[in-house]
Amino acid sequence: MLKLDRLSVEYRVRGGYLSAVKDVSLNIGEGEIFAVVGESGCGKSTIAHSIMRLLPDRNERVLGGIYFEGHDLNALNDRQMTGVRGKKIGMIFQNPLDSLNPVYRSGSQVAEAIFLDKKNRAEVWREVIEFYREMKMPDPAQSVRSFPHELSGGMRQRVMIAMMLARNPKLLIADEPTTALDVTIEAQILEIMSRLRADFNTSILLITHNFGIVAEIADRVAVMYAGEVAEQGSVFEIFQSPSHPYTELLMKALPHQSKREGRLRTIEGSVPRITSAAPGCRFCNRCPAASERCEKHAPPVKHLSSTHSYACHNR
Amino acid sequence: MTGTENMLASQADAEIMIEMSGVKKYFPLRGGFFGPTLKVRAVDGVSLTVNRGGIVGLVGESGSGKTTLARMILKLVKPTEGVIKIDGVDITKATAEQETKMRSEIAVVFQDPASNLNPRQTVESSISRPMIIHGVKKSDARAQAHDVMSMIKMDEHYLRSYPHQLSGGQLQRIAIARALVLKPKVIILDEPTSALDISVQAQVLNMLLDLQESMNLTYMIITHDLNVIRYFSDTVAVMYLGKLVEYGHTEEVTGNPRHPYTQGLMGASPILDPSLRGRTKKLLPGEPGSLINLPKGCRFFPRCDKADGRCEKREPDDVTVGPNHTVNCFLYDGRKAGD
Repeated sequence: MLKLDRLSVEYRVRGGYLSAVKDVSLNIGEGEIFAVVGESGCGKSTIAHSIMRLLPDRNERVLGGIYFEGHDLNALNDRQMTGVRGKKIGMIFQNPLDSLNPVYRSGSQVAEAIFLDKKNRAEVWREVIEFYREMKMPDPAQSVRSFPHELSGGMRQRVMIAMMLARNPKLLIADEPTTALDVTIEAQILEIMSRLRADFNTSILLITHNFGIVAEIADRVAVMYAGEVAEQGSVFEIFQSPSHPYTELLMKALPHQSKREGRLRTIEGSVPRITSAAPGCRFCNRCPAASERCEKHAPPVKHLSSTHSYACHNR
Repeated sequence: MTGTENMLASQADAEIMIEMSGVKKYFPLRGGFFGPTLKVRAVDGVSLTVNRGGIVGLVGESGSGKTTLARMILKLVKPTEGVIKIDGVDITKATAEQETKMRSEIAVVFQDPASNLNPRQTVESSISRPMIIHGVKKSDARAQAHDVMSMIKMDEHYLRSYPHQLSGGQLQRIAIARALVLKPKVIILDEPTSALDISVQAQVLNMLLDLQESMNLTYMIITHDLNVIRYFSDTVAVMYLGKLVEYGHTEEVTGNPRHPYTQGLMGASPILDPSLRGRTKKLLPGEPGSLINLPKGCRFFPRCDKADGRCEKREPDDVTVGPNHTVNCFLYDGRKAGD
């Protein structure tokens, strides 16, 4: 469905380029929920934006291949890309209020997406109400007439999903879709997303920092660190046998027990700056197993199974 | 005797640090020219006690009144009704002198450290300022600022930095340092790690636990992350639309939740183990209602799958369901502790 082949995103600075995302390769199959997880600044949103070509387009360059259903998205011109956005690949963001027009009724904004496929007015409106019902909006016939400010955060995110669903895309990119929501509402949205996959076989690229959500709905996971994929595999491989030292430490840093059973592991130090162009492993300054080799040479990617791989010298 | 009073009696031997009884906070809303004045019932009759050296976790959805409750303890808003005692002193009736003392005894750490540190002041002056306000000599305040840096495990050279030069985790540690300098008895932690990455969150939580143990501090932590609560707190108070619906030991409340709302909340919280994803989850339907037009009976009844005729008509009482475990629900009426 979607294939990223050594994708790099670089920003131009005085005297050269700095990479925010480096050599990311991943494959998302049909009907698969693929999660990209990582801490802030690791480049996970940049990947999402580069797929949709939503980067500011002045100072950056995108290297490597982005293949969607076998076609190279980088080769498309801007007009062709507009045909891909929404129609083939839908996207929802963390804050739906930023994506909704405050002066139009929420229902007409969903209708607009359907109008793009040129249908008549009454039919479109009926369809919008149907989408609202599917999103489990309370009183759909009424809530299509509400303005974005009258809706709660969870409702707004449902409107966004309805809008996206109206174009019936093959791939949904969800960038931190539930971060601003309460856990009970988050669970409802996650349920809608898993149903989307079950009913329409939609593939989902989920960008998140929350390992709980990953454990709940993802099939496969890529763990990112400082712009690179540290490890990727099925959700079970990542949670049950983390192989990169970073993933392993992260798993122990997650609170999943009581303090009586022992303190959480911490990862000392901090993420290297994007400007520090050290040749070696990006994690070496915080890694307990780092050696001289880690500082000098980029780690090789090792494969444990057809899905599970990680980049480390030492294991 | 209601459940809460029972609980008070059984805890009487331990030293009580925070004691709230029947605390209410209503915010008035103008209802138009001739209409009645409406009220937002942000906190509506909360009774809760926390022992010295205890960590209580406050959980609930947004709008459940967690932050308002904390702000009342900090005396940033005045309760409409009820009594709040900190270390035996009723803060609503405190004299000016008691209030100054009280303000040095209760500290707070907020979610976003960058927004409550002055960007134009060095870390040192941000840390010393509370001490200077409370009458500590400038030179002593400086010296203490240096001492406190070792408590938060940061090098002293950071005292000369400005907030923009520090990372989120470092800023949060500075905020904790500032909360510590007046040697408080109680620290309110309002979403202390929500803005932080996982690896940094672990550092901050561990540091807070170390400080709590070495200084016998009392914490009230507000967070929406139930995994943090499970790790961090001794007891949990679950709030729903201004009411305390369940209170008890963390293992009890998270492992064996009784109130239908707590059950829904625990069920909704993601579990960090993909092999458990097939479990039957109870999803709470709908969203919390408005705090202005609250239902007459139990506030949770419109979303509750176990509601019956009683729930609609009147509010349930607190029921004791175990040692130090109370539930505000009709389901457990007629049962006594230990049954």
